[in-house]
Amino acid sequence: MPHAVSFQQVSRHFGAVRAVDAVDLEIAPGEFFAMLGPSGSGKTTCLRLIAGFEQPTSGHIEIFGETVEGVPPYRRNVNTVFQDYALFPHLNVADNVAYGQMIRGVGKAERARNAEAALEMVKLPGYGSRKPGQLSGGQRQRVALARALVNKPKVLLLDEPLGALDLKLREQMQEELKVLQKALGITFVFVTHDQSEALSMADRIAVFNEGRIMQTGTPEEIYRRPKTRFVADFVGSSNVLPPKVTQQLGGPAEWSSLRPEDVRLDAVSGHEARVTGASFLGSATRVTLDVAGEKLNVLLPSGLAVPEQGASVRFSWKPDDLHLMGTDA
Amino acid sequence: MSVSSSASGGAILAGRGGLGGSLSDAFWRKPQLLLFLMLTPPLLWLGVIYLGSLFALLIQSFFSIDEFSGMVVREFTLKTYGELLRPSNLDIIVRTVIMAGLVTIASAVIAFPIAYFAARYARGRWKAMFYLGVMLPLWSSYLVKIYAWKLILAKEGILGWVFDKLHLTFLIDGWLALPIVGGNSLSVSPTGTFLVFVYVWLPFMILPMQAALERVPTNLLEASADLGASPGQTFRNVLLPLALPGVIAGSIFTFSLTLGDYIIPQIIGTSHLFIGMAVYAHQGTAGNIPLAAAFTVVPVVIMGIYLWLAKRAGAFNAL
Repeated sequence: MPHAVSFQQVSRHFGAVRAVDAVDLEIAPGEFFAMLGPSGSGKTTCLRLIAGFEQPTSGHIEIFGETVEGVPPYRRNVNTVFQDYALFPHLNVADNVAYGQMIRGVGKAERARNAEAALEMVKLPGYGSRKPGQLSGGQRQRVALARALVNKPKVLLLDEPLGALDLKLREQMQEELKVLQKALGITFVFVTHDQSEALSMADRIAVFNEGRIMQTGTPEEIYRRPKTRFVADFVGSSNVLPPKVTQQLGGPAEWSSLRPEDVRLDAVSGHEARVTGASFLGSATRVTLDVAGEKLNVLLPSGLAVPEQGASVRFSWKPDDLHLMGTDA
Repeated sequence: MSVSSSASGGAILAGRGGLGGSLSDAFWRKPQLLLFLMLTPPLLWLGVIYLGSLFALLIQSFFSIDEFSGMVVREFTLKTYGELLRPSNLDIIVRTVIMAGLVTIASAVIAFPIAYFAARYARGRWKAMFYLGVMLPLWSSYLVKIYAWKLILAKEGILGWVFDKLHLTFLIDGWLALPIVGGNSLSVSPTGTFLVFVYVWLPFMILPMQAALERVPTNLLEASADLGASPGQTFRNVLLPLALPGVIAGSIFTFSLTLGDYIIPQIIGTSHLFIGMAVYAHQGTAGNIPLAAAFTVVPVVIMGIYLWLAKRAGAFNAL
């Protein structure tokens, strides 16, 4: 079975800007794949390359084994949920959802039926006659999803679809999207800059920075075994320690990553450090330590006593938790 | 602490002082007052001068003229409208409306690609070039342009010379030999009138169209393509419906300007009258103010019907 999407050495340059730079990528059929990275890292350009809105400057793209260079967006069996939804303001919700089928010449009665079924799937039954302008952000997001899914695409592309929603709604949609994806078995490619969203939803994640993929792997791999300083810092804000400090903590002279929640403040044993600050986060308190001139964050579960600023504490960790990243990470 | 608070004074800053300062404060507290003061003069101007004179005109059209004395009889009657609907006058109305319709359609067809380019692709220097190119013809005198066209279209004119050099004179002759659109030369044919109308009113179509096209977000066009629509389908189903208010606005300009113009058909065209020329003749030499007024009401009514039809067809749904 061919890959749902495969990139071979794909680049997209805009003048001197290398938006996407020699990217290799393989997405398996039926996978929930997240492209994670800061803004300007090339993840959205990659999505637009799959949709066909951009053409690669060089390299080769296949969708389900078929070469797509030179194939316009309207001939790709791929649909997109746009960041700001891009609903047609002059059409009502039902006509928006039925748009793809109207274009394909599906009969009026049938497409009305399919549109209503799609609206039911995203929990908006009976909203067909409203205009997009009368809907809330969350509802528009669902309509955009229904409009894409009703065409049963081979790949569904989602460009930061939850970015404009408030936290509660976002968490709810994250769950629903995951359930929908499992039920439909469609390959989802999801672009986000929110690492917790990527970690909680995706089967696999590609972390982008400056037009390149830094690391691809399962959320567990990305979180537990970051390959580079960038990944360690961007995903879950780990403590990235330079070789000198790693050595002081008893490791080899390599860059290393130590997760804040893996560090324990322990009065009896461990290394000594000074407390330089503490901030209350709700479920935990983040305590900042000074270790040989480097800042080290520690997540202290709520309920434990928070040491005072300037106090001297001892800290420890399990040997496995100090993740080594080599000398040139 | 004490240093910074003594340096910046209390929590409320001193007023600007003077009349300006107290006016600013008063307007800030009562924004409606400012709005009222700003809107009153232009609204008076619009209401009294514009609408008032239009109303006076409407009343004039319900008066009639005494055939013996030539004096206006100030009694309400539909006699003038009866006169308006005589075949010879009806002819003028039909001719003008057909011309206005054709000019509008031709302007829309020519304007669309230009407006689309300006809205979607032109940036920076190109955008400036676009505005300059569209506006420049509007800066020169309307009469100069029309007389220039007379030279271009005349029998021994520029266009004839070019066609002669290309050995294509038979095309012009063939066209001029046609009934209705033809004539002795382009400058005295309805075709000439049409060409000059399109030339003169084109900017009034391009500018509102460009403004409307600019307001159509690019991602809607992408969404349409994403859902399988070819460029042609996207044009029909997304771009045109969303840009339609601009097209309608432009067509209101070209249509009503053609309906009311009396100079172009007088200088370039046949001796057949257009509405504007009829108004000019009746209020001037003929001294038949009521009939001139009745003729002027025609474009108003036609535009009213046009807008009503456009609204019914959903042209303004995207607004």
